[in-house]
Amino acid sequence: MALLQISEPGESTAPHQHRLAVGIDLGTTNSLVATVRSGMAVVLSDELGRPLLPSIVSYGRESGGGGEFIEVGYEAQAKQSIDPKNTIVSVKRFMGRGLRDIAHIETMPYDFVAPDGGVKAGAAEGMVKLRTAAGVKSPVEISAEILKVLHRRAEAALGGSLSGAVITVPAYFDDAQRNATKDAARLAGLNVLRLLNEPTAAAIAYGLDNGAEGLYAVYDLGGGTFDISILKLSRGIFEVLATGGDSALGGDDFDQRVFCWIIEKAGLAPLSASDARMLLTRAREAKEYLTLHGEAPITVRLGSGEYVDVKLSTAVFSEITRTLVQKTLSATKRALRDAGLAAADVKGVVMVGGSTRMPQIQHAVGELFGQEPLNNLDPDKVVALGAAIQANLLAGNRAPGEDWLLLDVIPLSLGLETMGGLTEKVIPRNSTIPIARAQEFTTFKDGQTAMMIHVVQGERELVADCRSLARLELRGIPPMAAGAARIRVSFQVDADGLLSVSAREQTSGIEARVEVKPSYGLGDDEIAGMLKDGYTHAADDAYRRALREAQVEAQRLLEATRSALAEDANLLSESERNHVDASVARLQGVLVGDDRHALDQAMAQLGQATAEFAARRMNQSVRRVLSGKKVSEIQI
Amino acid sequence: MITITEKAARHVANFLAKRGRGIGLRFGVRTSGCSGMAYKLEFVDAANPEDHIFESHGVRVLVDPKSLPYIDGTELDFVREGLNEGFKFNNPNIKDQCGCGESFNVQ
Repeated sequence: MALLQISEPGESTAPHQHRLAVGIDLGTTNSLVATVRSGMAVVLSDELGRPLLPSIVSYGRESGGGGEFIEVGYEAQAKQSIDPKNTIVSVKRFMGRGLRDIAHIETMPYDFVAPDGGVKAGAAEGMVKLRTAAGVKSPVEISAEILKVLHRRAEAALGGSLSGAVITVPAYFDDAQRNATKDAARLAGLNVLRLLNEPTAAAIAYGLDNGAEGLYAVYDLGGGTFDISILKLSRGIFEVLATGGDSALGGDDFDQRVFCWIIEKAGLAPLSASDARMLLTRAREAKEYLTLHGEAPITVRLGSGEYVDVKLSTAVFSEITRTLVQKTLSATKRALRDAGLAAADVKGVVMVGGSTRMPQIQHAVGELFGQEPLNNLDPDKVVALGAAIQANLLAGNRAPGEDWLLLDVIPLSLGLETMGGLTEKVIPRNSTIPIARAQEFTTFKDGQTAMMIHVVQGERELVADCRSLARLELRGIPPMAAGAARIRVSFQVDADGLLSVSAREQTSGIEARVEVKPSYGLGDDEIAGMLKDGYTHAADDAYRRALREAQVEAQRLLEATRSALAEDANLLSESERNHVDASVARLQGVLVGDDRHALDQAMAQLGQATAEFAARRMNQSVRRVLSGKKVSEIQI
Repeated sequence: MITITEKAARHVANFLAKRGRGIGLRFGVRTSGCSGMAYKLEFVDAANPEDHIFESHGVRVLVDPKSLPYIDGTELDFVREGLNEGFKFNNPNIKDQCGCGESFNVQ
């Protein structure tokens, strides 16, 4: 029979109704899967009782022309030094990224394949791929292999098929990276209930979402990356105020410092590769030993015959790694500054990542914030646990009336391009998601039958300074006078932060829509950079916006004058006509350029030159309407 | 009479301690599911006056009077099957049950 779990009072689900849901922490170094069992979030271990799955995938081909095989986790880790080209480590760094986005690509052992030149539909467009022994693989496919293993583990542990999963992503992941993560999950046969920001998941694991409103910091120091996030909790909603960090700083750097210290202390000559690997392992063990002890003995006999016997004390360890800790503190202070906060404003600090076990880190973070950080949950598991709690709620395993949903916010404003290359923001940044907003636009030219809608992301006033997300074309607009068509453009962002845009011409009902799957990702640095640009260029942008608006208005005026002349040129005498033409030419002359004053003057002059003309046209059309009609026939 | 194995009792006590409140475990049946009856297993914050209370290995199991006839004599056990773990019932009243055993019929 099925094995039962204990429910909260009154929350027993009907048989076969309890939906199995898991939270997955798809990490750069390690991945985990967790679920809620008998009211408690627990991480699910493999057959050998190991909770972590190294995020490593190794592709191979059996000798003698045999089939392909794929190894994931510890098995793949063992292949790392034997077959580095086919053993993909830290694939998360490639998710949703193009070749240009990846740092230090030249030092990586992989055979990268540039994305196809042509733009095709689908999420993988523009994303880098890797050539392996089992063929060309995209980061989405590689991540899917990791997720498949966790999927199988979860179903074995829960004794049934999963109804859904919550997968965590870094807070700074953009649409392309989130989409790639979602696609990987689908490829692994998982139903994604939603993507959740990693710091938000950690905060949920500590139950902060049920606690007091306020500001929280999440300090995440993993094996190879450091992330700091400042969250604001209000009405049960977490908003990411600022993110920061260092994508090349983690526990591995601490190992490296210890490794160098041993070499110096023992006066070792340059090491062979296998000795170096062995010594690095000893260095890591010594670091971990110091978490609970005051001194770590390091003894190792090298392949060269040399014998190392040194003792590393906590004090020395703190000293040699001081600059690394300082780096994380500087990034933390920077994030606080970005959010306009002082350390004292923060109500609680959550520690995430195995490296936060180091006592000197606990101490330094505690000192910076003037309070003890939250660390009673396993820092390796806390993100997965939070994701599991969220998954359990989203799968519907909760009491009636407890129907809340956790929300996130969009990091950069979403908008579209209007005439003159200006950005019209439709959804401002920091709006909570899911969200839908619509705005009406109209045509610029008489008889215009198509409209190009250019979707952009960013804080700047000019489209050229924002990031282009997608273009869609609305065709078949019935011919109308400029400004008469009513085109409703709707932006919709779902719970995962994914955008769809639709446009509908209201009188004819024709419609066009696009799902935004951008080909290139933005890093957190770029997002921060875009935000900062938005502030520093504010005055400049305002002038340029006014200039562009005047240019658009001038173009509209020229267009209207031209069509009026084409229709009713006979109403003007030759000298009048010359005067209008001269004004048109003058306006045309200052149209391109950045002198707004000259533009305004030329527009005013053309307005004056055509005022009489406009009046005559008006009279003529009134005469046309009224001629031969009785007063009683005229409706006003 | 409902009994609970020592192993199951240890797990229940552990869950209650981590949960931070609760006086015991409610065991009962509901009429639903593909074979007629379904087990119900919940934490208890407050006992009802009509509840039968059975205590073994330091854990209280509360059963409402309407459920008792269907499960009287059941022993609750906690088992691990591969990676899966959870509570299992040895119910002597069962006539047949659905494939997964989440719901059942009595004699």
